[in-house]
Amino acid sequence: MTARQEVAKREPTEVQAKAREQELVLAPAVDVFENAQGITVQAEMPGVSKDRLNVQADRNSLLIEGDVVIDMPAGIEALYADVQATKYQRSFVLSGELATDQIEANLKDGVLTVRIPKRAEFQPRKVEVRTA
Amino acid sequence: MLGSLWGRFDTSLFDEFRRLESEMDQLFGRGSLPAGIRAMRRGTFPPINVGATPERVDVYLFAAGLDPKSLDISIQQNLLAVSGERKVPVDEAADYYRQERYDGEFRRVITLPDDVDPNRVEAKYRDGVLQITVQRREAARPRQITVT
Repeated sequence: MTARQEVAKREPTEVQAKAREQELVLAPAVDVFENAQGITVQAEMPGVSKDRLNVQADRNSLLIEGDVVIDMPAGIEALYADVQATKYQRSFVLSGELATDQIEANLKDGVLTVRIPKRAEFQPRKVEVRTA
Repeated sequence: MLGSLWGRFDTSLFDEFRRLESEMDQLFGRGSLPAGIRAMRRGTFPPINVGATPERVDVYLFAAGLDPKSLDISIQQNLLAVSGERKVPVDEAADYYRQERYDGEFRRVITLPDDVDPNRVEAKYRDGVLQITVQRREAARPRQITVT
């Protein structure tokens, strides 16, 4: 049996289930900007409280995730839903000049702000031009 | 709990419909399939969920970083309108790599079930979610009738 046949034989339901699983995670909208001091990531995570938020960084990557919890009465039924997932997740690859051990995170009204400073030796220094 | 609720839309039939919808869009362009008259395009800010119980209808607007004072919420019979402005402060000295966050004014109009009581509406804003609760009229609720 060739590989191609095997692919073709895969049950469509299995594939659909996988696609659905992936859909259950929302990628939060982000702004990413850089100034002389470092890089800032601002992510929209409405419905996430501080205790449901997870921000993780190592040398190479930054991971942002959070669970949506909203106040709902018992027995509620959905009439309409733009948001059909309950988890936000997004990750970024970082670069070496960033001081990942000095990351600051702040969550306010569903907006997560993560500040990643540059290592001191990478912060731009003003170069004086001497005139003769 | 939340997942099982909103996830109820996420049936394979729904996926199939969406696939079909995007194929139809490609074939005939947007607007070829009937949609809710007040429905807006996917990705419109802010996303909205609406849920109901026999007693009340809850509308959730996922709008992070709002100033609640900028919000204008009005209801006329069963039409709920929410407008406001979200300002995303811009760092002029910075280089932007991504600007995905919505910045500016928004307005959304939501058709609620016919039996809501426009005099009993409450709104609260928490963790970036605006929740508007509208009570339904007593008469519309299912009533148990006992046989005597």
